[in-house]
Amino acid sequence: MNISTRPICTIAKRELSGYFASPVAYVVIVIFLLLIGFFTFMLGGFFRAGEASLTFSFFRWHPWLYLFLVPAVGMRLWAEERRQGTMELLLTMPITPWQAIVGKFLASWIFLIIALALTFPIVITVSYLGDPDLGAIFTGYLGSALLAGAYLAVTCFTSALTRNQVISFILSVVICFLLILCGWEPVTDMFVNVSPLLTKLVASFSVMTHFTAFQKGVIDSRDLLFFLSVIGFFLFSNGVIIRNLRAG
Amino acid sequence: MIKVQNLVKTFGTKKAVNGISFTVERGEVLGFLGPNGAGKSTTMRMVTGFIPPTAGTVSVGGHDIVDHPIPAKQLIGYLPENAPAYTDMTVFGFLSFAAELRGLRGDALKKAVHRVVEMCFLEGVLHQSVDTLSKGFRHRTCFAQSIVHDPEVLILDEPTDGLDPNQKHEVRQLIRRMGEKKAIIFSTHILEEVDAVCSRAIIIDRGQIVANGTPAELRQKAEGAGAVSLRVLNAPADAVKQRLAGINGASRAAIVKEEAGVVTARVYPKDKSRNGALARAVAEAVNQASWKFEELHTEEGRLDEVFRRITLPDTKPGQGFDQSTTGDHQ
Repeated sequence: MNISTRPICTIAKRELSGYFASPVAYVVIVIFLLLIGFFTFMLGGFFRAGEASLTFSFFRWHPWLYLFLVPAVGMRLWAEERRQGTMELLLTMPITPWQAIVGKFLASWIFLIIALALTFPIVITVSYLGDPDLGAIFTGYLGSALLAGAYLAVTCFTSALTRNQVISFILSVVICFLLILCGWEPVTDMFVNVSPLLTKLVASFSVMTHFTAFQKGVIDSRDLLFFLSVIGFFLFSNGVIIRNLRAG
Repeated sequence: MIKVQNLVKTFGTKKAVNGISFTVERGEVLGFLGPNGAGKSTTMRMVTGFIPPTAGTVSVGGHDIVDHPIPAKQLIGYLPENAPAYTDMTVFGFLSFAAELRGLRGDALKKAVHRVVEMCFLEGVLHQSVDTLSKGFRHRTCFAQSIVHDPEVLILDEPTDGLDPNQKHEVRQLIRRMGEKKAIIFSTHILEEVDAVCSRAIIIDRGQIVANGTPAELRQKAEGAGAVSLRVLNAPADAVKQRLAGINGASRAAIVKEEAGVVTARVYPKDKSRNGALARAVAEAVNQASWKFEELHTEEGRLDEVFRRITLPDTKPGQGFDQSTTGDHQ
């Protein structure tokens, strides 16, 4: 193991075990699974559609469920660190702030991916009932994981802004909501007649635009790049906030 | 080991630290004194690399804390103010985490954690979660974290805050023992700790160093240092005062207390030397008047009086001293 990734692993391990040490993690996972089941079977019309696909019944709801799940999982990352004063402890360790930022991000991301992976019964169900395109399901899961990562990076950023977890949660929901809205069809349809070019430009910043292709089984490098750059941008902003906090 | 030069930190327009310089060598324990808000914690945060200085440099073991933070931080153990710790972890988990971040692994890690658990008396709470600990235990847990990698430099922000007298004593012993091989900076409000632990002390006020020296040197700056205090039986206060003021080598004499025929008086020397000459002269003068005295001693000078005089410019000289009834009876 490389020397510089060691602290990242140490921090990620601590954060991750922190999740599972408290019942909150299990509650969050259970609520997520119940909701995704409810949305898929009741609102998504999984059976009614009569289609061996998860695109419209299952993945469609992810941007909306993550809107609350991800900020709830990530809101404490830095806010709690600031409230308890442990940030002073962490950042005077022989590590760079980046290692702390990445370590924390990875821990929460892994937690979210675990929650996502626990939706596997739906894949079994759809495979049992029909003959789905497993490739499309795989890319759908990949897109969903990236989507969760993008939201999580936003939450990391808002978490560093405040020592209050609730404020960090609300800020994060608002920003993620904007990332959905600017490419959500009902909204873009409304503005497309006013200025088609501008609408397209704004929509290209939306997670909806880039998540759609994944659901259909397409991995477009532009979509991949989009999610990775959202993660990169907000983690970088997270670093700027931490640096400014320390500079006073 | 630690070299601090012209350290400045401004928050907005407020200068929290304004040009502090000092060095600490291995085997030294430097006490940081100063009123609340004087800039002690800010200075320590800059030395540990938590906040970057506005101007000036800090080097730890030859590594600049801003340019080469990692090698510098590897040498440092730090106990921040209020002893923060991850409340969702057990004591053992927390100490292991700290040791791991310090680069310890496997057997070395286990040994290191074991060692500090023993040193800080944490065996009883090892598998308890940090948020269930009492303040003293929590404090010691954070202290244990700071020494888990046996650092060459230790920076302790109020290490005895919130401890009971026995624990305070233990921690002081620990600091003094470790101070033989390490370079230690610690801040405190408790002046007796400076005497008990420090080889040198710095008083900071409004972001600047206002005094720097060994505890004995600082005590010399006290208004009452070198003064002779005595208690005389059955003598008129006025006469005592007059007689004592007339002694060769005395600058003035004051009556501190008069109660049931016992007069407590104090004679201040012209120069601040404490060679016992004044005490002998006072004894002679009292004998000549055939008064009986119960007690006679030379004042050491009190650190809290020095502290007050230096950090409170409005205090009248000597006020803090005369109001106290008895001095140190060393």
